[in-house]
Amino acid sequence: MGASEHKYNRRETLRKMLGSGGLFAIGGMAWAGYVDEAKKVDLVLRPPGALDELDFQKACIKCGICVEVCPYDTLSLAESGSSIPIGTPYFKPRDIPCYMCTDIPCVVDCPTDALDESLVSIAKENGTVALDINKSKMGIAVLNTETCLAFWGIRCDACYRACPLIDEAITLDLTRNERTGKHAMLKPKINNEVCTGCGMCEHACITEETSIYVLPIAEVKGKVHDQYIKGWEEGDEARIDTTNVYKDTKTNEQSTLDYLNDTESLFEDE
Amino acid sequence: MSKIYNNRFLISRRIVQLLILGLFIASNYYGFKFIRGNLSAAKLFDIVYLADPYAALQMLSAGMLISVDIIIGSLIVLLFYGLFAGRAFCSWVCPMNIVTDTASWVRRKLNFKIASGQYLRVNRKARYWILGLSFIVSAIVGVAAFEFVSPISMLHRGLIYGLGTGWLIVLMVFIFDLLVLKHGWCGFLCPLGAFYSLIGKYSLLRIEHLKDKCTDCNDCKLVCPEIQVLDIIGKKSGYISYGECTNCGRCIDVCEDKALKYSFKKLKL
Repeated sequence: MGASEHKYNRRETLRKMLGSGGLFAIGGMAWAGYVDEAKKVDLVLRPPGALDELDFQKACIKCGICVEVCPYDTLSLAESGSSIPIGTPYFKPRDIPCYMCTDIPCVVDCPTDALDESLVSIAKENGTVALDINKSKMGIAVLNTETCLAFWGIRCDACYRACPLIDEAITLDLTRNERTGKHAMLKPKINNEVCTGCGMCEHACITEETSIYVLPIAEVKGKVHDQYIKGWEEGDEARIDTTNVYKDTKTNEQSTLDYLNDTESLFEDE
Repeated sequence: MSKIYNNRFLISRRIVQLLILGLFIASNYYGFKFIRGNLSAAKLFDIVYLADPYAALQMLSAGMLISVDIIIGSLIVLLFYGLFAGRAFCSWVCPMNIVTDTASWVRRKLNFKIASGQYLRVNRKARYWILGLSFIVSAIVGVAAFEFVSPISMLHRGLIYGLGTGWLIVLMVFIFDLLVLKHGWCGFLCPLGAFYSLIGKYSLLRIEHLKDKCTDCNDCKLVCPEIQVLDIIGKKSGYISYGECTNCGRCIDVCEDKALKYSFKKLKL
């Protein structure tokens, strides 16, 4: 093998390596780009005890055991082309809500802990931990007061009656019906802290398109900045000392005084 | 009778493949507790979990700690294929095998002369690069990357829980194998096959070649999806030592001379 042949081989090898390396990189980018797009999701309801969406997708192995053990056929695995990340479990309460099994088979049988028992358990007084489906946070029910018949003054408490946490997650607000002047309105009201997102209210709602529906918590939950203190609530003022909002802001007393005292700039021509 | 005999392992494989698939489907449909779940993870007899070790590794590289159930389930599968069955998952369990075998059967029947690599040059090592890439992509996007595009899990999961548009990717693989590249998916690209090739390299169950009986007819090479593993045919007796051999036994089926057989590798202790 002559020296020139060596050179040729080396060049050829290098060329091949670059070519394959390029293909490797492009392929990886296309693949990552596709998956990154395909895992995007909103407005999908996960089974009870599901980790936060990102962790849930990391942990779910897409085996469908939760779907199989669900006695009410509530859960489905996302088919490809359904705009829900493929193979992950979800449910649509208007079709079949979560009926809140107390033994929570979907969570207990999940092999990857993507459905985490600790998120649907409570510590008992005697130190043991017990399953408690009422701890689950699948979503929060939201009410459309425009189409809710109770807000029209028509008597309907289907959602209130269907709620497994009746008088806790949904309560009825008694108000006067100003339109008739002599009737009462029994308006359903949702308690976000208690609502589990099971969707039995959505399933029960009698309007043609449901007027109460469950949304993922991230889409619904509002949050107030720490610096807002409820001065009228006992104890809330104590947060002034613990909240960091003011302490984080660097204030310089001198510059503040200078700003207030310096009136020269007011008389300057532009 | 000889027709059945000459297809005995092909028929056995189809029975095993369909039986496994059927048990999964029946368990879901009727609520049996034989084997619930799918090939990604399953619960056997409501006692022990089985898990796809490749999926578990992807999850690990996506940044998720793997649960004990999945570790044990993966180890059972790893030990079964690693010590005993070799790459048999691909030919005896995987539902895509029926699709790709059909593609290559049609190829043979229609006498397609498009040799592998005539239009598209792909190296059989490409699958190992795809295997490696799947871990990198999993780490970048933070989910198990192959599980989003895998025709295997799409088909298997789809047949149990609903396919959606998943049949499209199955059809893509079929057309790819039929018209573009002979044995293209299983033999060149599939990272799960690559994974089991690495796992199954040292398994005990092997195809053994008896050179003295071989008449060099090369029928085995005509049907083998991993033709490079048959390099000892007609040259020397011994075990097919490549991890890429799927232990499908098709070569044994077609061998008229009984020059090939399943056998257990003798351990040299």
